[in-house]
Amino acid sequence: MNNAASWPDRLFDALKRANVRQVGYVPDAGHSRLIARCRDDAEMHDVALTTEEEGVALAAGAWLGGERATLLMQSSGVGNCINMLSLARACRFPLPMFITMRGEWEEFNPWQVPMGQAVEPVLKLCDAEVLRVRTPDEVERTAERALQSAYGDERVVAVLLSQELIGKKVWTK
Amino acid sequence: MKLDRRAAMAALVANRSENLLIVPGLGSTTWDLAAAGDDPRNFYLWGAMGGAAMIGLGLALAQPDKRVAVITGDGEMLMGLGALATIGVKRPNNLAVIVFDNGVYGETGMQPSHTSSGVDLAGVARAAGFPVCLDVADQAGLDDLAARLKSFNQTLFARVAIEANDPPRVLPERDGVAIKRRFRAALGLEAQG
Repeated sequence: MNNAASWPDRLFDALKRANVRQVGYVPDAGHSRLIARCRDDAEMHDVALTTEEEGVALAAGAWLGGERATLLMQSSGVGNCINMLSLARACRFPLPMFITMRGEWEEFNPWQVPMGQAVEPVLKLCDAEVLRVRTPDEVERTAERALQSAYGDERVVAVLLSQELIGKKVWTK
Repeated sequence: MKLDRRAAMAALVANRSENLLIVPGLGSTTWDLAAAGDDPRNFYLWGAMGGAAMIGLGLALAQPDKRVAVITGDGEMLMGLGALATIGVKRPNNLAVIVFDNGVYGETGMQPSHTSSGVDLAGVARAAGFPVCLDVADQAGLDDLAARLKSFNQTLFARVAIEANDPPRVLPERDGVAIKRRFRAALGLEAQG
């Protein structure tokens, strides 16, 4: 697999090196390969969620019990998390989030634009550290920094995976 | 019949086993648990409405050798109803979700909750795949639930019918970082602060 398409594998490798044991996610096309890798890993609990805010609470419980968790979502899911992020902030729970962006680059669906555009300012208002990845080469080192910052400083860190990186959604079948 | 909430909480934590970790929901169930006796193995919530059951899931998955009891209210459970479906998929055998159901939002002025109009939380849990679902409405049922908390080995849901009263608040520590560090220290995950 070429470099451009294999970034989810390198993101998975970073999660493994950081000893992440619980992965919460709402199914998402941009994360489909990473989700499949996590589901196939015997050491990881993959937890499919009905809404992303469940994952914020899941990660808090994991840390209380001594395990590292992460949360995978699409940009629209950020809006579902806002109040629950108070839990992470009030208690300083580590929460690395990997967010595939919609609504910012060659977006066909205008309904994705409002939340996509709000993601970065909203996360900053919620006191999250926000990192941005635009090219496949940046994925691994940015993920490593995010994981180190989240677990080391016990804080919320969001990695925004640009729509440019993920590619256009194909609408014609 | 409906049970007194403070007496019910006291019965559930009486002679608490060493390996029982408890996550109460924000508001009344946190006050009830504090009233029953402070313990570092309690993770009190002062916010995160709708999140108690999912905190319990993350904790139960991380600590398979402990038992985890989420003890929350009907309003808090209703806000995170999807969590019952999520837990129904994972079904950790060391997680119990217990809902003190008085049919009202006690912290905000006793406005009726959906359960007072017939929404059946034990039925929801059963439909979501919880293998054990109990509807507790008397002392015998409460005694049975208290015994099960010491020995259950399947994902358990219990709805406990309680009176809609408003006992005096008993407020535990409210600094979230302090509650977290104390809890983790009790599990040997951090040096005692």
